[in-house]
Amino acid sequence: MSAGFSLEGAGTLFRKEVLRFWKVSFQTIGAPVLTALLYLLIFGHVLEDHVQVYDNVAYTGFLLPGLVMMSVLQNSFANTSSSLIQSKVTGNLVFLLVTPLSHWAWFAAYVGASMVRGLAVGLGVFIMTAAFVPVSFAEPWWILTFAVLGSGLLGSLGLVAGLWAEKFDQMAAFQNFIIMPMTFLAGVFYSIHSLPTFWQHLSRFNPFFYMIDGFRRGFFGQSDVSPWFSLGVVGTAFVLVAGFTLNLLARGYKIRA
Amino acid sequence: MSAVIFDRVEKTYHGPRGSLKALDGVSFSIEPGEFFGLLGPNGAGKTTLISVLAGLARASAGRVRVMGHDVVGEYAAARKSLGIVPQELVFDPFFSVRETLLIQSGYFGVRHNEAWIDELLEGLGLADKANANMRQLSGGMKRRVLVAQALVHRPPVIVLDEPTAGVDVELRQTLWQFIARLNKQGHTVLLTTHYLEEAEALCGRIAMLKKGRIVALDRTENLLAGTASTMLRFKTDQALPPAIAPQARVTGRSVQLQAHDAQEVEAQLRALREQGVHIQDLEIGRADLEDVFLEIMQNPALVDGGGARGTADAAAKEAPA
Repeated sequence: MSAGFSLEGAGTLFRKEVLRFWKVSFQTIGAPVLTALLYLLIFGHVLEDHVQVYDNVAYTGFLLPGLVMMSVLQNSFANTSSSLIQSKVTGNLVFLLVTPLSHWAWFAAYVGASMVRGLAVGLGVFIMTAAFVPVSFAEPWWILTFAVLGSGLLGSLGLVAGLWAEKFDQMAAFQNFIIMPMTFLAGVFYSIHSLPTFWQHLSRFNPFFYMIDGFRRGFFGQSDVSPWFSLGVVGTAFVLVAGFTLNLLARGYKIRA
Repeated sequence: MSAVIFDRVEKTYHGPRGSLKALDGVSFSIEPGEFFGLLGPNGAGKTTLISVLAGLARASAGRVRVMGHDVVGEYAAARKSLGIVPQELVFDPFFSVRETLLIQSGYFGVRHNEAWIDELLEGLGLADKANANMRQLSGGMKRRVLVAQALVHRPPVIVLDEPTAGVDVELRQTLWQFIARLNKQGHTVLLTTHYLEEAEALCGRIAMLKKGRIVALDRTENLLAGTASTMLRFKTDQALPPAIAPQARVTGRSVQLQAHDAQEVEAQLRALREQGVHIQDLEIGRADLEDVFLEIMQNPALVDGGGARGTADAAAKEAPA
């Protein structure tokens, strides 16, 4: 099997996965953009005069990067997890299982497509909300770094969830009891410095916090922790989760009897 | 080189209620260009055996090779040589027929496959549905797409797992004409089916599987010749004489009796006459595959260590080169 052959196979799976969400983009891109816009308008309006996180940054300005990153993370996760569970439940995963594609090809294609969806939604949220909020780009390379790493990490976690779950309600549990709380408790709506000490310490064990804090650094040039430290945490988390996912795929965990 | 080799394949499923041995040392080979039938009752292990061949399941012991490639160690080359038509009617609702076939080609690394896809669509009567979404197709049409998907990469070995279950007569004919043409062109075909007349008409050799073991493996005509080759069929409302009742297969008023030769037929008719049984619609005919199948499946000796009729090696030698 030549490398060219493998690339063609992985490329096809990647294009198919992108096409799958693109064909229902109203639901997969439009809906999350609208949700984020509503968060910004409602929370921004209610809290604008009550919360001041950084000097010279209005609350809505602070909130925007958090909402963008939350959308990136949730949609990257949703893409791999929903695609895989649907294919498993309807049985059409067999079309992929009988192909010569390696576990590397599966990983690259599924995670790559989930990153495209996450980043597309993030960009959509940014464009829509930027109309209401003044935006700055103090250190833009951090924006790109954390968006790419975060979407890759959540796309990979989505694969794990999609492989593990056998029914839609198990998938919903994974999403609602693990992904959602970790995202909301990561400082999307607040700086962890505004939390009581106990919760501040607890937040530091949440890798989602480092993704959002590092991402926000790119906009304001200020962050709760050093972006290099965040990069270390998120990079390590990505390598660990990717390694675990590749291992599950290579073993055919719950997909090959 | 054999097209497919099963070598002492075992598969045990472990579940919360204990383990189930689905395959118990299955060995046989299929030669290039053969039309091979795999028969057996539900739960015999047919689909498990095909799953192991296709890489959908992993054997607990033993090896499987396709065109010389091990299905585990050289899975990419093995799967490239195989076209699997799954038993379940599955489809991806996001795509049209043509998109589905182009995507499947891409998975196998085949580019610019439009000409062959058009030929498949034409041959399977799908040309006018090429741009229809998979959801809009009837069950029979979806089945045709499954066949086309299995063939997009022109595999030398085609595996059909009960492809005609619940399918109308027209599709069965279209499908068999198409598969027979591919077989004539040199493709090896492995078929599992419940329709014994299909296996009898199409397959050069047949293996019968029961409780995870091969209980018969031979050329189709040898299987038909090797058992009670004559069938006595009639209808009656009365009880059968004790001498022949145990061997009779009774469905409502219809009775079927197996016989090895003319004397046995005569003896059976004499027993009926002496008992005063009034019979109607008497027929004496050749045993068909269903009779052979039932005879083998009802013989406990064949499953409890009695061994297979014909061995894999002997049967392989008889196969066409």
